[in-house]
Amino acid sequence: MKSHRWYTPWLLLAPPVIWVLVFSLWPFINTVVLSFTDARPLRPVNPVGFAHYERLLTDEQFHYALITCLIYVVVCVPLLTIVPLLLALLVEKNIPGIALFRTTYYFPVIASVVVVALIWGWLFDSRGIINQALEWMGVVDQPVAFLIDRWWLLATAILLTVWKGLGYYMVVYLAALGNVGKELHEAAMLDGAGTVRRFISVTIPSVRGAMLLISVLVAVSAMRVFTELDILSNGTGGPGGYDMSIVMLIRQVGSGLNGNLGYAAAISVALFLLTLVPLVAIAQLNREKKAKVPA
Amino acid sequence: MSLRTERPVEEQQEQLQEQQVVRKDRSYRRKGSGDFSKPTLAGLIGRYVLLTVVLLLVIGPFVWQLSTSFKGPADDLYTFPPNLIPTDPTIENYIKVTDLIPVYTYAWHSLLVAVGAMISNVVLSLFGGYALACMKFKGKFIALGILVSTMLLPGEVTITANLLTINSLGLANTLWGVFLPGAIAAMNVLLIATACRMIPTDVLDAATVDGATTWQRIRHIVWPNVRGMASVVAIFTFIGQWDDYLWPLMVLTDPNNYTLTVGMAYLNGNFSPDPRMIAAGTMVALVPIILLFSVMQRFFFSGVQEGAVKG
Repeated sequence: MKSHRWYTPWLLLAPPVIWVLVFSLWPFINTVVLSFTDARPLRPVNPVGFAHYERLLTDEQFHYALITCLIYVVVCVPLLTIVPLLLALLVEKNIPGIALFRTTYYFPVIASVVVVALIWGWLFDSRGIINQALEWMGVVDQPVAFLIDRWWLLATAILLTVWKGLGYYMVVYLAALGNVGKELHEAAMLDGAGTVRRFISVTIPSVRGAMLLISVLVAVSAMRVFTELDILSNGTGGPGGYDMSIVMLIRQVGSGLNGNLGYAAAISVALFLLTLVPLVAIAQLNREKKAKVPA
Repeated sequence: MSLRTERPVEEQQEQLQEQQVVRKDRSYRRKGSGDFSKPTLAGLIGRYVLLTVVLLLVIGPFVWQLSTSFKGPADDLYTFPPNLIPTDPTIENYIKVTDLIPVYTYAWHSLLVAVGAMISNVVLSLFGGYALACMKFKGKFIALGILVSTMLLPGEVTITANLLTINSLGLANTLWGVFLPGAIAAMNVLLIATACRMIPTDVLDAATVDGATTWQRIRHIVWPNVRGMASVVAIFTFIGQWDDYLWPLMVLTDPNNYTLTVGMAYLNGNFSPDPRMIAAGTMVALVPIILLFSVMQRFFFSGVQEGAVKG
């Protein structure tokens, strides 16, 4: 029996399909095409071949952005893979009042990065509460330039990203831990394994899949960092723009009436390829794991 | 000899105690107990101490900001140890901040975009998800293929090209331009489709036999069954749009049209204002989200876990 006209499913699916084509697929193709041209707003477009990609190799500003993003990835991945797991173990047991803790740990996740970065800007201000505390305790004589020095600014932004991400990955780990049988832990306990030993030999292997997934998610989103650095540096990218991230650079190069759309597109393509690296790596890891299992 | 007679009594007492333990359902394990699923008393106390330390690290910054937002001009912001309770409490900051930027207008803009995107995402992903999960038609795999094709493509990569599209549509510097690209996300269609697959085919077939139209099936059978997942889509869309910064920053060039996040960054960057003003502004941005979260939190956690399973 015919339950619908032939075009009904297409009508129902038209909006999402059109949206993906118009706002994802087409702009992606357009970005790749633009990256081989000298496109600027309101001017004729000429092909320039690989000139923009060659420029990427020598452009110091791009190199600084790349270094900023790579440091972001290298620091964030281990921190956001391990600390949320410890946090998940902390809130896993159903003890009285635990729901309150779990809920509160999630607050930073739902807040806007802009809001959190403004709060941190006040905390880490040269006269802010952190510097006041450090001076009061006699750790430092002069305020630490958390938001002014190139490396301190990067460290503050990374700390913000980690602090804001903890709750999210904690919940992902909670889901993974829920699938682990209690028997393994009890058996290990009866065999005399201590807390640390059980963490390494039972917990970590049983959430290995979630750990890999989270490390990839963190790596990709760290590569795309924008708001934290933009707000903490007031849009400047720190002293000399050394703390600019790749996305900040895309925005700076490509916006405005004289924006170099072609070069911005080339940086965008580079960003896309960089975000593929962790995905390819995890696919490779999974394949090796499968190859190890005989037949 | 007396030992022998006493022993059974002791055992009885132990048994009694054990029964009491079971009845009272103690949340920690006593020495010698074999119930390894429970921590020892010391372990339990240690756990609460750790939980509290993390709690303070998490809400401390928010509390400090809240406190700053209620501090009057007579309050010294820079003393140490700090005053958490304002000595000169006032709500002036929430009014004075509007002299610098129209915070409440910006909040209204954010609300318009977020509610608009929430409604369009729920409705359109319901339609699309139903078609994808419950209907048989030629070319389904093409549709599915298009939907998943750009799943791994970060939005930042296409942001320059998307801005060109929005400009050529004449939507530069408008809230419509902010709203349009996020009006329906492929991810949400797939989430609703997952929920639709749980509906028994027999029920839908029976409705068809009884003469129900596609619209009636969606309204009376599909919708009641996928409401949980639809709430997840609604909440995450709302939060995503309310918190979004980069895209509205690119689209909106006139400070009159800013959304709240862009407006707050503008306030911070251009007026070097009193920290009390910024604090008041951030609270305006924060309170609606925290209220929404507190009311709907059970959907949040199911949503994160669904998303994680999806990868």
